[in-house]
Amino acid sequence: MILDYLILSFKNLKRRGVRSWLTLLGIFIGITLVVSLVSLGNSLQLAVMSQFGVSSTQVITVQAGGVGYTPPGSGVVKYLTSEDAREIEKLDLVEVAIPRNIETVKLQFNRKTRLVAAASIPEGEKRKYIYQLLDLTAEKGRLLEKEDSKKIILGYNFFDKDKNGFDKKIVPGKSVLINGRKFKVVGIIEKKGSFILDNVICVGDDDLKELAGYGDEVDLIVVKVKDKDLMNKAKDEIENLLRKRRDVKKGEEDFTVQTPQSLLETVNKVLGGVNVFVIILASISIVVGAIGIANTMTTSILERKREIGIMKAIGARNKDIFLQFFIEAGILGLIGGVFGAIAGTILGYFGAMELNKLMNIFARPEISFSLLFLAIMSSFFIGSIAGVIPAMRAAKQNPVECLRG
Amino acid sequence: MDEIIKIENVSKIYKTGTTKVEAVRKLNLSVKKGEFIAIMGPSGSGKSTSMNLIGSLDLPTEGKIFLDGKDISHLNESALSQIRGKKIGFIFQQFNLIPNLTAKENVALPMLFQGISSKKREKRASELLKMLGLKERMNSYPNQLSGGEQQRVAIARALANDPEVILADEPTGNLDSKNGKIVLDFLKSLNKKGKTIILVTHDQNLAKYAEKIFWLRDGKIEKVTSNKK
Repeated sequence: MILDYLILSFKNLKRRGVRSWLTLLGIFIGITLVVSLVSLGNSLQLAVMSQFGVSSTQVITVQAGGVGYTPPGSGVVKYLTSEDAREIEKLDLVEVAIPRNIETVKLQFNRKTRLVAAASIPEGEKRKYIYQLLDLTAEKGRLLEKEDSKKIILGYNFFDKDKNGFDKKIVPGKSVLINGRKFKVVGIIEKKGSFILDNVICVGDDDLKELAGYGDEVDLIVVKVKDKDLMNKAKDEIENLLRKRRDVKKGEEDFTVQTPQSLLETVNKVLGGVNVFVIILASISIVVGAIGIANTMTTSILERKREIGIMKAIGARNKDIFLQFFIEAGILGLIGGVFGAIAGTILGYFGAMELNKLMNIFARPEISFSLLFLAIMSSFFIGSIAGVIPAMRAAKQNPVECLRG
Repeated sequence: MDEIIKIENVSKIYKTGTTKVEAVRKLNLSVKKGEFIAIMGPSGSGKSTSMNLIGSLDLPTEGKIFLDGKDISHLNESALSQIRGKKIGFIFQQFNLIPNLTAKENVALPMLFQGISSKKREKRASELLKMLGLKERMNSYPNQLSGGEQQRVAIARALANDPEVILADEPTGNLDSKNGKIVLDFLKSLNKKGKTIILVTHDQNLAKYAEKIFWLRDGKIEKVTSNKK
């Protein structure tokens, strides 16, 4: 039965004038705004996460220094030590704690010299953990293995001769000089879209220690937590432990413990402001759209008065007339919503692309089907709600008056 | 007892502002099953109001209307629609087809409101249109059809739910004499097959098709004549 009314409504809509379609602009714009913003926001969150070099949600980063996002290795007052890492690893909630160092080194290749960041890769069994935590895979060649020594892997940009500053791409098998010592390149890391990871060279911890002489000092400790639901508890435990070890009071910490959530909170705060603005804008246009639909439906009832009279004469009950107009209004909303969802997806996609160019990141455009479904369904809902009163009016028309014309 | 329509002391008063217009006054009229009757009268005689009352499109201010033995004067609008759709087929002067629907869809529409399945609706609509010589025009829209064709589609639609009564309001008013004759001959043949036909007209030439003529003037029946051959 409902299907028959759907078909009837479609037939009526098909023959409608441009005027009716214009009233859909409100719904269209509203849905476009919502869909594009939400998908852009999602991409942005992902991009920010990858920017910090963290792809796993189970990772806590510990850095020396006060509150604030100081780049690793700069302005550090009191270093963390590998002893700190060992103690953190003893905590119940912690699966593994990996000390990491990032040093500036001189890289020579193709008779050119550049200063680059070198990150340490732990020795032994922990190597595979760090690959997992940073989601590192080799684009060319392979990653560093357990017994590798005097070997390195490079961030993706070294593979690009326009970006690496050596006028020649560095491929696995080549040798380079780091602070005057010879190292063999064994692999190129897959493109991560993160400025840090794409421009770094990864050196085994023992090799880097020898090159830079940092001894027992550690720039940051990467902690993997056993259960991602206990991230905040683990964070508290780590903070307690470090406060004790470094003898500082609560609130005066000279170190920071960051969870991915705390990174996201900052991003969300910024996005939240934009969100509120766009939601207000979208709501206004959706309300305008709903009024537009109510208006076009009311006009349509006046135009089709005779039709209503005929339908009643041939046996249509009030319910039948109501349903037809109600569904018609819903479909009007639905059509606005479908086009809005398409436009919003496209806008979100290109928005993410532009953002990438602007911020030199890699935000993968996200298409969320549940978002699209929700947007389209709610536009049908808005349309039909806008159609309730006109449809009730249509249903209550007196057949005799309608037939009189 | 074989009265299909019986109107007892029916009055219909329209109020416009403070003035009351009595369109029909103490009307008494009965139609037997299988009869072909005509309601004649000049404009303003209460012809249209009587037709609306007989066709259960409107309810009386006073009096009772029986359709197939059932008092319908106090039914609510939806119940009335349901009965109307089942028992009465309308044919109008202006054809009154739904412009967005094809001939076949127009014919099938009354059956939709009676809850008949789409397969059955389609089958019956095709049969009816074939019967009226419109086999080739089934998928045409009303604006692609001539007046005569449109009225034949309207007749097919009136027959869709196999009603007992066909109520035709000036069915030839917008047709040339040739098409007018086709329509009237068809109504006559339906009557021969047992359908009750009520023709509302101001044209005496049409009235001669009917067995019995009710002459209306000033909302009352002036006289009843019969055309028995």
